[in-house]
Amino acid sequence: MIENIKAFLGDFFVTGDPMIYGADVSIALASIAIVVTLTYFKKWRWLWDEWLTTVDHKKIGIMYIIAALLMLFRGGVDAILMRTQLALPNMNFLDADHYNQIFTTHGTIMIIFVAMPFIFGLMNIAVPLQIGARDVAYPYLNALSFWLFFFGAMLFNLSFVIGGSPDAGWTAYAPYAGPELNPSSVGQNYYYIGVQISGIGSLMTGINFLVTIAKMRAPGMTLFKMPMFTWSILITSLIIIFAFPTFTVTLALGLFDHLLGTHFFTIGGGGSPMLWANLFWFWGHPEVYIVLLPVFGIFSEVIATFAHKTLFGYATMVCSMVAISILSFLTWLHHFFTMGNTAPVNAFFSLSTMLIAIPTGVKIFNWLFTLNKGRIEFTTPMLWALAFIPNFTIGGVTGVMLAMAPADYQYHNSMFLIAHFHSTLIAGTVFGVFCGLHYWWPKMFGYLLNEKLGKWSFWVFMISFNVCFMPMYFLGLMGMTRRMYTYPAGLGWGPVNFIITIGAFGMGVGFVIMAWNIVWSAIKGKRDTTGDPWGGRTLEWSIPSPAPEYNFAHIPKVTTRDAFAAMKEDKKRGREQKPKPFEPIHMPNNSGIPFIMSALFFVAGFGFVFKWYWMGIPGLIGVAICMIARSFVYDDHHHIPTDEIERTERATGRLS
Amino acid sequence: MAASSLSDSDKRKNMPLEYTTEEGDLRIVGFWIFMASDLVLFSTLFATYLILQGSIGNGPSAKDLFEIGPVMAETIVLLVSSFTCGLGTLELRRHNTKGLIFWFVVTLILGLIFLGLEINEFYVYSVQEGAPIHLSAFLSGFYILLGTHGAHVTLGIFWVICIVIQLAQRGVTPVTARKAFMAGLYWHFLDVVWIFIYTAVYLTGMVI
Ligand code: HEM
Ligand SMILES: [Cu+2]
Repeated sequence: MIENIKAFLGDFFVTGDPMIYGADVSIALASIAIVVTLTYFKKWRWLWDEWLTTVDHKKIGIMYIIAALLMLFRGGVDAILMRTQLALPNMNFLDADHYNQIFTTHGTIMIIFVAMPFIFGLMNIAVPLQIGARDVAYPYLNALSFWLFFFGAMLFNLSFVIGGSPDAGWTAYAPYAGPELNPSSVGQNYYYIGVQISGIGSLMTGINFLVTIAKMRAPGMTLFKMPMFTWSILITSLIIIFAFPTFTVTLALGLFDHLLGTHFFTIGGGGSPMLWANLFWFWGHPEVYIVLLPVFGIFSEVIATFAHKTLFGYATMVCSMVAISILSFLTWLHHFFTMGNTAPVNAFFSLSTMLIAIPTGVKIFNWLFTLNKGRIEFTTPMLWALAFIPNFTIGGVTGVMLAMAPADYQYHNSMFLIAHFHSTLIAGTVFGVFCGLHYWWPKMFGYLLNEKLGKWSFWVFMISFNVCFMPMYFLGLMGMTRRMYTYPAGLGWGPVNFIITIGAFGMGVGFVIMAWNIVWSAIKGKRDTTGDPWGGRTLEWSIPSPAPEYNFAHIPKVTTRDAFAAMKEDKKRGREQKPKPFEPIHMPNNSGIPFIMSALFFVAGFGFVFKWYWMGIPGLIGVAICMIARSFVYDDHHHIPTDEIERTERATGRLS
Repeated sequence: MAASSLSDSDKRKNMPLEYTTEEGDLRIVGFWIFMASDLVLFSTLFATYLILQGSIGNGPSAKDLFEIGPVMAETIVLLVSSFTCGLGTLELRRHNTKGLIFWFVVTLILGLIFLGLEINEFYVYSVQEGAPIHLSAFLSGFYILLGTHGAHVTLGIFWVICIVIQLAQRGVTPVTARKAFMAGLYWHFLDVVWIFIYTAVYLTGMVI
């Protein structure tokens, strides 16, 4: 009996590695610290009322960003562990198994649990404000999306200490990920289920924002008067809606191969491992644009604001995003040129991939022309935006190199590829979300991040990024492949790898400075009393910082692009409209169901990971009960009375 | 929520009940988009099935397995349920709670019969004919595609039950009208998917 329990626990908890014990201890300590703090300050009620049950898009946005920053920390630690292992030839820091698990969790976390939620956070905060709306179309669904993402991420991260992490790469290629070669299933199930749960949330976010932007714009704001960030989110939402269902199916089929013994991607029984690669990348390539187009939008806003000019080539910006979104569904095969396709097939995908460079190039030139003759102000957000242009272009150019199918036989799965997609993902997505974070921070919290610390973190991070990834291109050309846990001395790779690792640590330092900036500014940061700290051009800057619960006391009327810039112009000329009396504002009620339902998804998911149907099935029944319960809720909104609006507006100095 | 201007709410007054509030309008639009994404989901399953259709491993082929009788029965029951559901929507337009509930209950019963027939078909194939899901890629694709459709129908049944209860409690209001209307859309959608299943899975399976 005791022996049995011991054996079970030994399998259940990952044992035998000091790093894992370290993680166990730190998780336990952090949890205890959180519980004690909340209890000591009697904050449980506050946590529940203000955050866990909120349906306010601004608070949901903040929670997305906090979660994304935490996940970035975890993914970054993974990266540093890998780079430490590769710093010198024949290192013994991680063994092969461990290295596999770490690149798998690093990749999955960075894409699914950092890039996506960071973008969702920023769009939650900015989009309703930019279009003059009081919330998103479905606030309740929005909360559900967030909590599904959150619990999906928690489930995935649990694999590190309970049961073991997946190790088949973030792409989880069959047949290696399948039951034949991965018979224990547990780690792989964590991948399928954790990513699935958060993916359902992403799909709902896509629908939510499409309808919000399509139907809830302020009067007068036609499609071609929308801010560019809102445009980018509209197009991104469309990509999400058409790409994510495929991923839902793909993950489910992969899971069924493990749970039900189906033969979708297996070697035996007539299964087709190549089918996984096709399905995965049919979602996967659009996915890279899901994390890229929104930051194109952010850069467009920031560059126009700090060049003090309207954006150059508005219509071509929109058209090129539409073109990119269509092409993004036609290029998936470039991820496996080398896997035995016929020459015409490779030629088609080679061309479609290169075509994407054209609309992307158009955008780059539009940004440059926006800067041309502008009065450029070098704030922290602007620095991130300016650094994006050349660094991302390098990623784009090497992308075109990879798109040449015959040449790809040389580059495929080498460190050259790793350098390429980090140039796009870091110089694009990460620079972009950092840029947006600094830009909208005052709108979120009512104070600015410190400029000096901000610039330090920018320069350290940006330079280290280049120290890390520029040499990596050459390392790839020298023959080092990806997912290689160690290498012998004497190949000439050692020094280059050492430099790369220095760069990786440098980026870590940059991130720490940014974290310090957040802490420092929370205490001493400059207050934003005007609501318009940057001289912004779009509607989010027309309201106080932080935005009141109802966003706009009066829904603004829009006549032109850059609506707020025009309003300020009008005001200068004394053509301001007289304020109208307030009307009560209709707002959605908070709800605890999204949190509870997602927690039940977590429970069910955990059960299925271990094939414990006694846990998985009741979990799903619980989810169904939550849905039914919600169906019977009719009393789901309230009105903010006019005197409360008046008080709030007076407190922010908007009424004299 | 954006405040609806006067002209906007005037316009709404002449619309069917489910569109008379801005919220109802928003949700119906969103539901159409959801169905578009669900269509992508089914397309992926269809593509997977069609790719794996010939990979029968050691198991039977589609031709060996399928029989027209039960399939016809399922098809007819589901198509009729779509018709009765449509009659329900007509009663909704007349603001007739009783009629709406009646046709929805008929739809529910037909839905349950469909599910029963489908479960029986699965049982016959997997147990009596010895062709369970884990025998070959073809069978995996078949059961999962049809099972996903069946799961959608099951979900729809629970949903319609909830709506029928709410109709009984509250009668036809803008909110219940919206829910009944959306459930109707959903039911027709599942019918369309079934027609594709009938053609792409059964007809081609038995002919080719
Ligand atoms: C902090 C800076 C980062 C460093 C130093 C870093 C480093 C690495 C390393 C060493 C690998 C594994 C290479 C190999 O042996 O195959 C890797 C893989 C990967 N990284 Fe990063 N990374 C960083 C940031 C990011 C970010 C921000 C993203 C995405 C938003 C990302 C996405 C990925 C992906 C998808 C993989 C592939 C995983 C796989 O092979 O399955 N990384 N990274
Ligand atoms: Cu791609």
